[in-house]
Amino acid sequence: MAESVACPRRFGHDGGVTATGPTTFPSTPASPSPAASTAAIETVFRIEFGRLVAGLARHVGDVSLAEDLAQDALVDALRQWPAQGVPRNPGAWLMTVGKRKAVDLFRRDRTLLTKYALIGAGDTADMGDEPTREIVEADGQIEDDRLRLMFVACHPMLSVTARCALTLRLLGGLTTAEIARAYLQPEPTIAQRIVRAKKAIANAHVPFEIPAGPDRAARLGSVLEVIYLVYNEGYSATAGDEWTRPELCAEALRLARLLAGLAPDEPEVHGLLALIEIQSSRLKARIGPTGEPILLLDQDRHAWDRLHINRGLAALARAEALSADIGPYTLQAAIAACHARAFRPEETDWGLLADLYGRLAALTPSPIIELNRAVAVSFATGPADGLDVVEQVAATGALDNYHLLHSVRADLLDKVGRHAEAAHAFDRAAALAQNGRERQLSADRASASRQRVS
Amino acid sequence: MRFFGYTLGDESVPMPMPTAEDMSKMDAFVEEVTKAGVLLATGGLGPSSMGAKISLNNGEFTVVDGPFAEAKELIGGWALMECRDLDEAIEWSKRFLSVLGGGETRVRPVF
Repeated sequence: MAESVACPRRFGHDGGVTATGPTTFPSTPASPSPAASTAAIETVFRIEFGRLVAGLARHVGDVSLAEDLAQDALVDALRQWPAQGVPRNPGAWLMTVGKRKAVDLFRRDRTLLTKYALIGAGDTADMGDEPTREIVEADGQIEDDRLRLMFVACHPMLSVTARCALTLRLLGGLTTAEIARAYLQPEPTIAQRIVRAKKAIANAHVPFEIPAGPDRAARLGSVLEVIYLVYNEGYSATAGDEWTRPELCAEALRLARLLAGLAPDEPEVHGLLALIEIQSSRLKARIGPTGEPILLLDQDRHAWDRLHINRGLAALARAEALSADIGPYTLQAAIAACHARAFRPEETDWGLLADLYGRLAALTPSPIIELNRAVAVSFATGPADGLDVVEQVAATGALDNYHLLHSVRADLLDKVGRHAEAAHAFDRAAALAQNGRERQLSADRASASRQRVS
Repeated sequence: MRFFGYTLGDESVPMPMPTAEDMSKMDAFVEEVTKAGVLLATGGLGPSSMGAKISLNNGEFTVVDGPFAEAKELIGGWALMECRDLDEAIEWSKRFLSVLGGGETRVRPVF
């Protein structure tokens, strides 16, 4: 039983919202384990955070307030659980405390009552004993609430960086410190980004709802983009000395799996999940012993994680079964799957890959996709055909300063016997390469091509 | 980070058959953990009397049919989980045992 002595409040990182003492559960039966460590409590909280904020946000109609209430509920848990143990249903306990704090808050400040749409507050006010999850979720909405929260956190009016930070905070349950560490940013930067994003959402009166109608596709696209970008930042980090940040990959994978459970009828959700699962299968294989990147065709495929691959292939099959109209994430997943199915590089179905790249380029035109298609075509039908595609890309000038354009072009020129031109293109690739190893590789190939010039 | 969780117990003590209510509670739990992106695979284990022990020593195979008389066996079920850390794996294991009503489960990281 918690004491009612006034204790200094420990506020959430954005400040708590309640000023009274802790909410108590007079007759809460403790779990079989009598005491709980702070680490165990924080783990429970991290697991429950997304559900908690989502449920409270529907209740009070405000994401920012919901997060503060959740934070306050944690303060109570940290106060009561160490002695009493973690309740048998900690999620329901936290939700009830959060809802009670909302009621207290609105009772104290009637002006807030008009500001926020407090829905169904009365039904928690007289809740005596520890509720079961069934009672709290009797309205059967928590899953939908999490989806609503995802749509709000990924609202297109927010900058992409704000969307990513807010999603990791609210849905992933990461602290601002953890997000800052993952993005190699100072903690105040991330904290401010999140606070601003929440203010923007409140000021714009973004409704806490799952968008329907013509808006839905664009809004879902924004959610998918956020998960994709979090993953990509982990997969090829733009900052820091390490090439990958596996913890961001893991968070994105977790979010993608969560979203697939919340929106199971959306083909592109499964497409994105498939892409992330299959890319994740290569995380260990794409970095050499000294941290250097290893390109796909040079990777030891025995180090690919078969469980990720199988899950990815299953998600891809689901995406393809849901719609004949295949979207860009599903196409990228299909491309990744093409490699994943081949136990050896020479078993790759290059014809299918060239076709998939062609379809992807038609959906989302990009010179990089065309360059990838050129490589696939060169393996499928020969270097001369691949070179035709590369020359078309080169003619646009868009990739003039991209070393891979020149190294791919050089390689194909070499293969069709135009060694002098190949040597020149390898020189250019070497001059543009950022990475020392790649530079050396291109320089070596330039000399080799020169020697073949007769 | 992956963890392998498995329940341990004395195989010779017969376990009561789960009721329909037990089963539906466990089904709901499995669905929750799967949707959370934590549970990757799970399964139940038959008794060791239905299994065998296979060993290779000095080039010779030995196959011994079950049951095996270890005091504590891997019994009941196993789960492959993806968690952020050991603390999370412990918390999910606690929830699993709560649904089960009791018993012992162990978790080990999978490399």
